[in-house]
Amino acid sequence: MVLEGQTRIPSGCAIAAVISRDGKRMSGEGIIRAMYPMHDRSNGLGGGFAGYGIYPEYRDFYALHFFFNNRAARKDCEAFLKERFEIVKSELLPTRKLPAITDEPIIWRYFVAPLGSVLRSLQLDEKEFVARTVMKLNAEMPGAYVFSSGKNMGAFKAVGFPEDVGAFYKLEEYEGYSWTAHGRYPTNTPGWWGGAHPFTLLDYSIVHNGEISSYDANRRFIEMFGYQCNLQTDTEVITYLMDYLIRVQGLTLEEAASVIAAPFWSDIERMPNREDRQRLRYLRTLFPSLLVTGPFSIVFGFTGGLMALNDRLKLRSMVVGEKGAKVFIASEEAAIRAMEPQAENIFAPGGGEPVIVKVKEGTF
Amino acid sequence: MFSINAEGLGYRSLNEELRRSGELCAIFGCRGQRFIAAGMSQKAIIIEGVPGNALGAYLNGASITVRGNAQDAVGDTMNSGQIVVHGSIGDAAGYAMRGGKILVKGNAGYRAGIHMKAYREKSPVMVIGGVAGSFLGEYQAGGIILVLGLEACGKPVVGSFPCTGMHGGKMFLRGECQDVLFPRQVSARLADAEALKEIEPYVSEYCELFGYDTKAVMDSPFTLVTPDSKNPYRQMYVAN
Repeated sequence: MVLEGQTRIPSGCAIAAVISRDGKRMSGEGIIRAMYPMHDRSNGLGGGFAGYGIYPEYRDFYALHFFFNNRAARKDCEAFLKERFEIVKSELLPTRKLPAITDEPIIWRYFVAPLGSVLRSLQLDEKEFVARTVMKLNAEMPGAYVFSSGKNMGAFKAVGFPEDVGAFYKLEEYEGYSWTAHGRYPTNTPGWWGGAHPFTLLDYSIVHNGEISSYDANRRFIEMFGYQCNLQTDTEVITYLMDYLIRVQGLTLEEAASVIAAPFWSDIERMPNREDRQRLRYLRTLFPSLLVTGPFSIVFGFTGGLMALNDRLKLRSMVVGEKGAKVFIASEEAAIRAMEPQAENIFAPGGGEPVIVKVKEGTF
Repeated sequence: MFSINAEGLGYRSLNEELRRSGELCAIFGCRGQRFIAAGMSQKAIIIEGVPGNALGAYLNGASITVRGNAQDAVGDTMNSGQIVVHGSIGDAAGYAMRGGKILVKGNAGYRAGIHMKAYREKSPVMVIGGVAGSFLGEYQAGGIILVLGLEACGKPVVGSFPCTGMHGGKMFLRGECQDVLFPRQVSARLADAEALKEIEPYVSEYCELFGYDTKAVMDSPFTLVTPDSKNPYRQMYVAN
């Protein structure tokens, strides 16, 4: 098979998300329902979901979801993992056979904790160590691909329509306080299992509708900090940008949004508040290579919350609604109504205007 | 009146049923089906639920009423007819429309009226009762875009970069718009009595449809924006 990066096909997408601010967990059925009315936004070459709060019984362990091309790749990878992690559970990720989903790789799940001795000898904190290990595996271990590596969260993705992918992974059996979803219509790269969204690193996940013109500029910058973009797909790079800005640089979500979807200089100069102008000039000056241009609407998932963001020109659609403690985000209002027919306060955030929703502290 | 239950129907079957129906038709349970009533003429259609993108694309005389919000690209390239939305609409409404009318009770997203044009006896009209997003009337080449800013809740009547690339037609924004930054190639001024006369019938139609008082709405300054000359972009890239 020709993978992404070995070929390029010049040729839209659907995203949806739900979060309960009170931390009440929801099965994956609702988010799958959201994808039905947006069926035509995908073309069957990729669908996926991320669920947060789904592994409470293993909340202290990193949940590594893998695609393996064959048994040998899994055996090699397991030997590699055993030298670095305590593996508390290793199993086939449960799936159901469906005519709509074919040619699946071996889909495996490990719950692991980094070995203290290894961390001490490398003088790395746990998250940095896990992030580096994921990078190394994806770059150097042929036939093995980590597609989820956070704690108490998981990504589930495949080649197929998102509704079918949700059924394939039995998402009705999981319960999470937030969910994101993606239906893919690949425009530049072939559809393969690893190329489906969400793209994740640690507990960060991105679902993305759009096409980023600044991909190469962003990639060149982020690769200086050890991130490796192996898939030549734009969404991957956004995940690493967010990880770099938030986890490594310690920016707030709002600040990170002002970096990747920075306001126009002309808008900054017209802002009434001097401090705002200074802050935005500072961020644009410090991180010019992390400005993401071209059309995008993304939902960024993290432990305890979601952030929705559009490119500053708003070249893709995004709608937000709420009902009670739940907040819904989708490419189309119809998708929100599919999750909650009585959704209220429907609005479309402006370009570059982040919508950040957090779960009440202590409830997840 | 015919009625169609759209639940579980794909957009093709929904449009087929619509074509088979009589002149008056109600669609209920609508959930994101695209292209509803595309190219249709001589029909009056009422929609309950959320119609999908490109509602009334290429509309050719039919009249559509939506009892709620509509999504992106309402009236894409419509030729004639009328679309009335009792809620708000998404991005790129009236994309390249060259005739007919779109009346929206609430707000419009980004790029409303992009590439709107006029042709011979045809001149499209879009009335947005609330506020409009950025890039309103981008590349507008003809017709009238009218934004009333009612129930704006402190939001500006229009977002950033209105009239970018405008080279024809007229835009009316209710209010003095002193904070709005227009491009150099257009001129924005207060509408005089004659100009106001031109929009009064549309304001009155809007008010009748959605229950506002025409006199009260008209009792405000309006800003009129038109391109500066016949060829305002003569020197933008090359002499043309």
